Amino acid sequence: MRVLVAVKRVPFTGGKMVLAPDAMSLETKHLGFTISPHEECGVEEAVRIIEAHGGESVVLTLGPPEAVEQLRDAMALGIDRAIHLQTDGGEWDAEGTAGAIVEAIQADEAASGPFDLILFGNESADSGGFQVGLRVAHALGRPVVTGLKGVKVESASVRCEQETSDGRDVYVLPLPAVLTVKEGLNLPRYPSVPGRLRAGRKPVATSTPARPKVRLETTRLVVPAGRGRRAELLGSGPSAAPAVVEMLRSIGVV
Amino acid sequence: MAPVLVLVESAEGSPADVSLQALTLARSFAGGEPLEVLQIDPDPGAAENLGDYGVVSAHIADHEGIGSFGPDAWAATVIQLADGISAGAVFAAATDRGNDIMARVGARLGLPVAVNCIAISAGSPITLTRQRWGGSLLEEALLHSPRPLVTVALHTVVIERVAGSKQVEVLHSRADVNERDLRVRPAEHVAAPSGGVSLAEAKVVVSGGRGVGSKEGFAIIEELAGLLGAAVGCSRVVTSAGWRPHTDQVGQTGTKIAPDLYIACGISGATQHMAGCKGAKRILAINSDAEAPIMLNADYAVVGDLKEILPAISAEIRKAR
Repeated sequence: MRVLVAVKRVPFTGGKMVLAPDAMSLETKHLGFTISPHEECGVEEAVRIIEAHGGESVVLTLGPPEAVEQLRDAMALGIDRAIHLQTDGGEWDAEGTAGAIVEAIQADEAASGPFDLILFGNESADSGGFQVGLRVAHALGRPVVTGLKGVKVESASVRCEQETSDGRDVYVLPLPAVLTVKEGLNLPRYPSVPGRLRAGRKPVATSTPARPKVRLETTRLVVPAGRGRRAELLGSGPSAAPAVVEMLRSIGVV
Repeated sequence: MAPVLVLVESAEGSPADVSLQALTLARSFAGGEPLEVLQIDPDPGAAENLGDYGVVSAHIADHEGIGSFGPDAWAATVIQLADGISAGAVFAAATDRGNDIMARVGARLGLPVAVNCIAISAGSPITLTRQRWGGSLLEEALLHSPRPLVTVALHTVVIERVAGSKQVEVLHSRADVNERDLRVRPAEHVAAPSGGVSLAEAKVVVSGGRGVGSKEGFAIIEELAGLLGAAVGCSRVVTSAGWRPHTDQVGQTGTKIAPDLYIACGISGATQHMAGCKGAKRILAINSDAEAPIMLNADYAVVGDLKEILPAISAEIRKAR
C-alpha cells in the first residue's frame, strides 16, 4: 500500500495577528511554524495505515525552502520520505497549488506505482480555501470525500465517516481515492528522539515548479476589529462570585 | 450581466439562515439581474417564501437517487442548471456541504472558487473580501474569472428582505447524472448519540483550557455547566492532552459556536480558539492572567484562580435558587 499526505507550512499565530509592513502577509519574525491540526491528523493516519498494512508513506508540501522543517517533522513521526515543491515564499492560489501537486503525484506514480490513498487536511489553516484536495482528485479522476473523522482501509476500499450536523455519513470508496480529513480523526503521536534522528536521514526530493497566473489575487490583508474594548472586570478571586451571578441574572441565564 | 444562481439548503422545511445570508450577498452582487435558486434539499415548501429575498425562480432537481445524493451528483446538477439558465455567477453558503460542492464545480469548470467571502462587488476583475484563519484575518482580493464561484462566510451578512416580494416560480427538472457522478454517495448514516446539551446549539457554553490543569479538573466546569444547563467545551490544548474528546473542542479546527454566553475558564484566547467562539453574544473570561489575549475579546472578566472561582460561582447560583 502507498499513501501520500500533503501538508502546508503556516505560522503559529498565538494570541494576535500582526501584519508585515506591506500588509501582504503576517509578520512572522517572532513566530514558530507548524502545519494545520487537520494535516497533523492526516500525517498520523498515513503512518498508522502503513504500520497496519505495510508499504510506503510519502509527505508532500508546496512551500518555501524552510518548509523542509515540516517535512522532517512528518518523517520524525514515521513518514518514509518527502517531496518538496519549492517556492520563493510567494502566495499560490488553490488552482496553482493543485496543478503543481498533480504533476508531482503523476511523476512519483510513474516511477513508484500508484498511491492507494492521498490525504489532505480539510482546509489549510491560513488561506482556508477548502479545495486543493478536491481539485487534485478531479484532475486524477479519483473519488474524493471531505471532512472525514473516521477512515478505515478494508482491502480494496476505504470506509470514510464524514461528520454531519446530526451524526455521521458513511461513504465506502474504491481505492485509489483522495480523502480530506479533520482534526479529531485520531490523536497524533509525539515524535521520539530516535524518530527525529531517523528523519534527518530520510530522503527529500526537491523541485521548483513554475507558479501559474494567480486568478484569486490577494491585494491586502486586514486584521478585523475585535470587540474593541477591554472586558469589564467583575472582580478578582472567589469574592467575585456574587457579581458574576448578578451579571448572569441580568442577561437571563440564571 | 446574466442571472445569479444561489444554492439554498433547507432545515426543517424552511430555507437555512446561512442560505438566506448567501442570497442577500448574491442579490447585492447581482445588481438587479434575476436571482435564481437551486434547492439542495428537495422540499418544495422551503422554496415558497424565497420571493421575500428577491428570488425569481426556484429549481428543484429530481432524481431517484436524491435521498442519498452525493456531492459529485450535486456538482453535476449545479453545472447543468448554471449552463441551462446561463448563470453569470454561482453563490452558496460556506457550509461544509456548500464549500465541498462549489470546489467540485470549480474543478470541473476549471475556474477559481472564492471561499468564505463577506463582501463582493461586480466588475472586471471582481473585488472581494474573504476570511482567512477561520475569520481571524481578512483578505482583500481580485477574482479573475468569467463566472465567479463564491461561498459566503456563515453569519457575516445580515439577511435582508426585499420590498414587494413576488411569487416564486418553482421549477422541477430531472437531474441528468451519470454512474460516475453517483460513485461518491453516502452508504449509511450513523445518528449522533443523543443526550447531553449539543455544543453547537447550546445557549450557554462553559469551556476549560490549559488553566484547568487536568482531566479531573473539569469536574468544576461540569458542575457549573450542569447548573446553567450549558454544554461543556474546551480548547485545543485540552484535547491534545487527552483530557476531553475532540467533540468538545471549540475553535478553528473544532466546533464553531454562537451561544448567548460563553464562559472561558483558563483559556488564553489564541486565534485558533477565538475563531470558534467569536460568534458568542457575550464572553465571560475567568483567567489568572489579567493580560491574557482573551481579555481584549471578552465582555466580562474575573481574574484569579478558576479552582476557587468556579466553585464559588456554583455555590452562589445554588444559594440564589
